[in-house]
Amino acid sequence: MATMVAEPPRVESRVNYLNASYGVKSWLLTTDHKRIALLYLVSITFFFLIGGIAATIIRLHLISPTGALVEPATYNKLFSVHGIIMIFFFLIPSIPAVLGNFLVPMMIGARDLAFPRINLLSWYIYVVGGLFTLYAILAGGVDTGWTFYTPYSSTYSNTHVLATGIGVFISGFSSILTGLNFIVTIHKMRAPGLTWFRLPLFIWAHYATSVIQILGTPVVAITIVLIALERVLHVGVFDPKLGGDPLLFQHLFWFYSHPAVYIMVLPSMGVVSELITCFSRKRIFGYEFVAFSSVAIAVLGFLVWAHHMFVAGISIYAGLVFSILSYLVAIPSAIKVFNWMATIYKGSISYDAPMLYALGFIGLFTMGGLTGLFLANLGVDVHIHDTYFVVAHFHYIMVGGALMGYLGGLHFWWPKISGRLYPDKWARFAALVIFLGFNLTFFPQFILGYLGMPRRYAVYPPEFQVLNVMSSAGASVLAVGYAIPLIYFIWSMRYGPIAGPNPWKAKGLEWSTSSPPPTDNFEQTPVVTEEAYAYGD
Amino acid sequence: MNQWLNDSISSPWREKLATPEFTHSHQFDDNAQQFEAASLGMWVFLLTEIMFFGGLFCGYAVYRSQYLPSFEAGSRLLNVGFGAANTAVLLASSLTMALAVRAAQTRKGNALMIFVLLTMLLGIAFLGIKFFFEWIPDWRDGVVPGLHWVPTAEVVQHVAGRAGAVLPRVELFFCFYFFMTGMHALHMVVGLGIMTYLLLKARTGALTSGHFAPVEISGLYWHFVDIVWIFLFPLLYLIGGRY
Amino acid sequence: MSEGTVPVRIYLTIFACLLALTALTTGVAFIDMGPLNTVAALTIAVGKMLLVILFFMHLRHSPRLTKVAVLAGFFWLVLLIGLTLADPLTRHWTPGPSPWDGTTTQPQP
Repeated sequence: MATMVAEPPRVESRVNYLNASYGVKSWLLTTDHKRIALLYLVSITFFFLIGGIAATIIRLHLISPTGALVEPATYNKLFSVHGIIMIFFFLIPSIPAVLGNFLVPMMIGARDLAFPRINLLSWYIYVVGGLFTLYAILAGGVDTGWTFYTPYSSTYSNTHVLATGIGVFISGFSSILTGLNFIVTIHKMRAPGLTWFRLPLFIWAHYATSVIQILGTPVVAITIVLIALERVLHVGVFDPKLGGDPLLFQHLFWFYSHPAVYIMVLPSMGVVSELITCFSRKRIFGYEFVAFSSVAIAVLGFLVWAHHMFVAGISIYAGLVFSILSYLVAIPSAIKVFNWMATIYKGSISYDAPMLYALGFIGLFTMGGLTGLFLANLGVDVHIHDTYFVVAHFHYIMVGGALMGYLGGLHFWWPKISGRLYPDKWARFAALVIFLGFNLTFFPQFILGYLGMPRRYAVYPPEFQVLNVMSSAGASVLAVGYAIPLIYFIWSMRYGPIAGPNPWKAKGLEWSTSSPPPTDNFEQTPVVTEEAYAYGD
Repeated sequence: MNQWLNDSISSPWREKLATPEFTHSHQFDDNAQQFEAASLGMWVFLLTEIMFFGGLFCGYAVYRSQYLPSFEAGSRLLNVGFGAANTAVLLASSLTMALAVRAAQTRKGNALMIFVLLTMLLGIAFLGIKFFFEWIPDWRDGVVPGLHWVPTAEVVQHVAGRAGAVLPRVELFFCFYFFMTGMHALHMVVGLGIMTYLLLKARTGALTSGHFAPVEISGLYWHFVDIVWIFLFPLLYLIGGRY
Repeated sequence: MSEGTVPVRIYLTIFACLLALTALTTGVAFIDMGPLNTVAALTIAVGKMLLVILFFMHLRHSPRLTKVAVLAGFFWLVLLIGLTLADPLTRHWTPGPSPWDGTTTQPQP
């Protein structure tokens, strides 16, 4: 397995964004997009741990069919907390708020985002939202599932729906402001010569993601407000006693929450485009197709939400329309996968850790995507809706896809962010452990779902135990896999070899400046004269 | 007036006035880029507000399509006169806001402050009319869902008189009435806060030295809140078949 | 804005139009036109909105990007309302009673 040769280490003598100023205030009041990215990195890692703890308890509990570990009521709270934390406080911010914040200005040759103070504000909003949700968890949790379906959430649940709702509502504004910042920055602050079709695909992906954040998040915000009003006023618009329609809640909720999954996966696809090209030493195949596919996913993603409601009672005609549209949305994703494969073909491939994550993404995302087609089918969905088939499907995309992309990107740009190299062998080992652990955790769940095990159940028939134990065993392997990078990233910040400006010999404006970069990113505003990914065939 | 203006400025701002022309923030290349970015940023934020209110309009549309007689009955209980008056008040405030932006553009500090003040007064008038002449009487009629739903005999009779109308669906209408006008009023209050900030900043002269973007984008926000009301008025007040 | 400012009389004219349209929409509400009442009310409201957006919010003089963004926003609103309505409006197309139209009793809990 060939690997890249790192540049000879340099002495880290110049002033960069990390050492430009010291002290807690210089971090908590920073407007530097790179420091804000690191603030987010720390916060989302914290929430990932919380969500991971919930998942650990769930998988331990499910080792036994009769549920040895926790009460069913507690189990309900655990899967709710796991979903809420992982979706709203880890996955949705992850790549945009960490890698996007760090790289978007650099990739377009700008000194910072358009609105640096709003950027900082969005981090504080995220933290406040997270604190509300943490309070809700510590005070007793919420048991509605992350989907907050009415009338349970609005009327009957006696858990901390309001506090959790407020936390999610607040964190939504963090997402909106990040998206707003990216849209304005990408439109207005590109370096001279950087036309739209010379942009890295990472930028296209984040642009598409920002459009979704802008147009979708407000709808779930108002929906949470409506639930809150129902709970507080004891009357509401989803109450059948008044003629209210619980399905209206589901429409409003899923109008955001389906595009939300594209918020989670699109940035990851952007990362993969960067990784595939660099580690195949090749131009991307079909640049325009990949770019337009990002936009197409964003747009089409808004047209499919009711496929979450096929068995909820929507009209059969609405079901038909949404089923057809759900098949269509798979097409741009498939186009991307084909283009990545064509890029790798006859490339000069090296199997560094970022490339392992990118390859893992392509395989696992494809599996997740294909199983989505089963779910898009009206007839089949009747049988597999609300089973572990769905759980496996979205974990393949969110963990096998989005999270792998995040980790791959973190590894790829770590030298740029920290100025240090992480230990290569440990990184590749961890990538393999994660890949194997992931499949052991979630592949059995496809089978469980097909066999009929419902999701969100604290107990199950004994014949499902073997598969559940396999899944739980996989989860423990996965946990080890996640712990390893945490350790060596922290280790590398002090003991890792100095990285130099471009250890991967990658193309892209961010690699033309030092590692770590100076506060204003570039000594002089760069002028762009070549296409993206000019690796030369 | 100018004497008062200059005397009341604190020293950091006095320094800024010594170089009256505005200099752009460091991430931008020039003033024009900063203005365009600020304008686009506010428009994008207004897009999020369209979708935010859009959820309420969506719910309204769903239930109105199902329960038209009850929605019409509820609508007739609202006072068209005050609704129309409030519409005129808000439109006037949009006029004064547009004139305020123009004053900032043409560097007329006094005119700017007068028009911002007028906009605020009209906004306060809107909220006053809404609160005192609409919501308080609604409370007396007992048509506030959740907090005070005890419809008077008059209300009940009116509802029963419309074919197909039933009281629970009318309660649903009033849920939307209060949620939508309440959310709108909340945005008005935020707008008043923004106006206050503009007024304070205008006193220092910072808004009439070439950098009028804050006034322009505050104006965009204010006009948007006006537009929401432009739709709320017919949808809530005028569907009652008042003939 | 690099171009000249909008003259005051334009603002005043637009304001007068807005007041007139308000009077119109209020007046029309007192005339029985059946389903056309809703159409008229919404058309007039859209007209008022366009006047405010184009003139008071300077969209006429804004870059094309801004215009596209605003169009996209309204398109998404239409998407939200339209596709959501597609469900409740078509639930009764299948013959047979359903709990949602009051022709059968609600299922017992």
